[in-house]
Amino acid sequence: MSDQTLPPNSPNAQTPGSRNRGSQNSSPENSGGHYVNPAPFDPQSVAALTPEQERYYMASQWRIMWWKFKRHKLAVYSGVVLLMMYFVAVFCEIFAPYNLHSRHIDFIHAPPQGIHLFHEGEFVGPFVYGYDYRLNMENLRREYTPNPEKVEKLRFFCSGESYKFWGLIEGDFHLVCPAENGTAFFWGTDRLGRDLLSRIFYGSRISLTIGLIGVAISFVLGTIIGGIAGYYGGWVDNVVQRAIEIFKSFPELPLFMTLSALLPVSWSPIGVFFGISVILGLLDWPGLARAVRSKLLSLREEDFCTAAQLMGASPSRVIGRHLLPSFASHLIASATLAIPTMILGETALSFLGLGLRPPITSWGVLLNEAQNINVVALYPWLMLPVQPVILVILAFNFLGDGLRDAADPYK
Amino acid sequence: MLGYTVRRILTMIPTLLAISFIIFVIIQLPPGDFLETEIAEMQAQGEAVDPEKIEYLRREYGLDKPFLEQYAVWVFGLVQGDLGFSFEHQLPVNEVIGDRLWLTFVVALATILFTYAVAFPIGIYSAVRQYSVGDYVLTFIGFLGLATPNFLLALVLLYFANLWFGTSIGGLMDPKYVDHPWTWSKVSSILEHLWIPVIVIGTSGTAAMIRRLRANLLDELQKQYVITARAKGLSPLKVLLKYPLRMAINPFIADIGNVLPQLISGAVLVSVVLSLETTGPMLVRALQSQDMYLAGSFLMFEASLVVIGVFISDLALAALDPRIRLAGGATK
Repeated sequence: MSDQTLPPNSPNAQTPGSRNRGSQNSSPENSGGHYVNPAPFDPQSVAALTPEQERYYMASQWRIMWWKFKRHKLAVYSGVVLLMMYFVAVFCEIFAPYNLHSRHIDFIHAPPQGIHLFHEGEFVGPFVYGYDYRLNMENLRREYTPNPEKVEKLRFFCSGESYKFWGLIEGDFHLVCPAENGTAFFWGTDRLGRDLLSRIFYGSRISLTIGLIGVAISFVLGTIIGGIAGYYGGWVDNVVQRAIEIFKSFPELPLFMTLSALLPVSWSPIGVFFGISVILGLLDWPGLARAVRSKLLSLREEDFCTAAQLMGASPSRVIGRHLLPSFASHLIASATLAIPTMILGETALSFLGLGLRPPITSWGVLLNEAQNINVVALYPWLMLPVQPVILVILAFNFLGDGLRDAADPYK
Repeated sequence: MLGYTVRRILTMIPTLLAISFIIFVIIQLPPGDFLETEIAEMQAQGEAVDPEKIEYLRREYGLDKPFLEQYAVWVFGLVQGDLGFSFEHQLPVNEVIGDRLWLTFVVALATILFTYAVAFPIGIYSAVRQYSVGDYVLTFIGFLGLATPNFLLALVLLYFANLWFGTSIGGLMDPKYVDHPWTWSKVSSILEHLWIPVIVIGTSGTAAMIRRLRANLLDELQKQYVITARAKGLSPLKVLLKYPLRMAINPFIADIGNVLPQLISGAVLVSVVLSLETTGPMLVRALQSQDMYLAGSFLMFEASLVVIGVFISDLALAALDPRIRLAGGATK
């Protein structure tokens, strides 16, 4: 049996026995069911790649990640939802039917107006029923009843309240406007008669950006500190590790609250906004630093890192040029997962009245009005800003999950 | 085990010291001290300010001493159970907070127990019955619990309790027991009220734990020894409980270090919304009026609660897993 495994030109193959057996097998008449392919032997036949395989094996790492990410349907949808929300946040002047601060003193605490399509069995297109207002003299409540006589047809792509787009360009173009002399409070109004839906649109600008600024700060801090700890190891690593442990044993929110209570009252709202995002970023870095450190600890032992060092690259170049790019995808995934925490942190702070203050409007500031159970019981629609908060947090979590799975595409 | 415990306690002390130092720095950060604000207020009201009296007060509160000495005085006070002086209430912090520290502790403990009690069976169920309808439903609820900020959950619960039962679910005991001495009826009243805050605070932590236990257990269930055990004819329950669960439970206990800060953070917010008689609402009020010693002692208390909780979970972990206590203090 041993001779069959040997190459044909080896000395053993020349023995008569083996040659005889070989000639018997190759002759078709007495093959006895043993098939031999008559085609010439091509050693490349197994190694050649099908077009699909070639596409996969030749693809860059980022491309494979994209393919893997696309398979995580929930993450893709969440990404789309988030893109849409950021789009609305950028162009909120156009999407919001009213301005941020425009007050309607005749419609204080008006409940949401439902959108209807049919009036008395007849199709009219999207419209709302106008409100009749009555002050209940028994309990002094403002009561609004939809009046079926007042059919107020919504206008689309129309000119409504004028605004300054981004504080720069004058305009009055809106996606949806109420009818002339009509109202359109889809999600009700607050205690000053301001349209809640419009305020939520405007609030998204603050709520969605505060997470990005905070994550940018914590990203820079986390990569630098974690990078130094992981690259140098030794006592530097020890010090950073202890610092991280100490930071981690603070309950986050009380610390946020204490620090934001320290922001001087005299600061302008914009100053407070940046102060809060800096605080959120300053306290979030330990998690990221830890991830960077553990990755670096394993990567610095790799050959390409030694090679770079031998060629005389400085530590900052080795970390920045060679090590960081090899796990940038992981970093992006963990940063994505850190954003919802920050959004929640800001919401919680503003909800308690320790964070942003009006006239800056974020979702937390809007929820601040719903802090009191009496208010909530009477005007439940003031709790509606909860919806975008939950939606954004869920979406960021799913997106981060998908990114994390895709970050390691060769698994 | 004893050596490990001692080592662990020794590492805990510098951590607590560092935390207290950071907190003290934060307390001292606002420009000026309490007396200056007080003087400005008195002058604004047209009262004559006696410089001698101010000097006396400054000495009394130790505000004339250098920073480090003030810190030392504060820390020694903490160790002896003296939490400092609340400027707003003009009372020692100990008297201001009364039962609040204990109640905070009780709520935190009950929440942890709840988290374990709920996360454990659900985590096992959704790992063993992976991709079943129950798993999907529980996973979805878990994600929702993870994403819903618990103060919003508290708010929504308040609303529905008001809508359906017409009662307020706020508070931690019947109002008549507040500031009452401890009696059995007070304790039972607290137990009656405890479950709502516990559920509200515990939701997100429970959801996180379910996810982690499920992932851990799934990893273990795929391993060869499980197949071997099954092939040898062990009953499914025994296969599950005896081997993979034991392996999966380690990170589960270690996870308390992550969950506990979250729980305590959440507890502060929830207690404001539900107006519980814990440290939360008072902390917020103290921060709003910049009564920094009061706020500082709450912060210190809550951070110590986390450190001690992590310590206990480390001990439990070491008791469960000999590799940890033999590995010379490395807990990771």
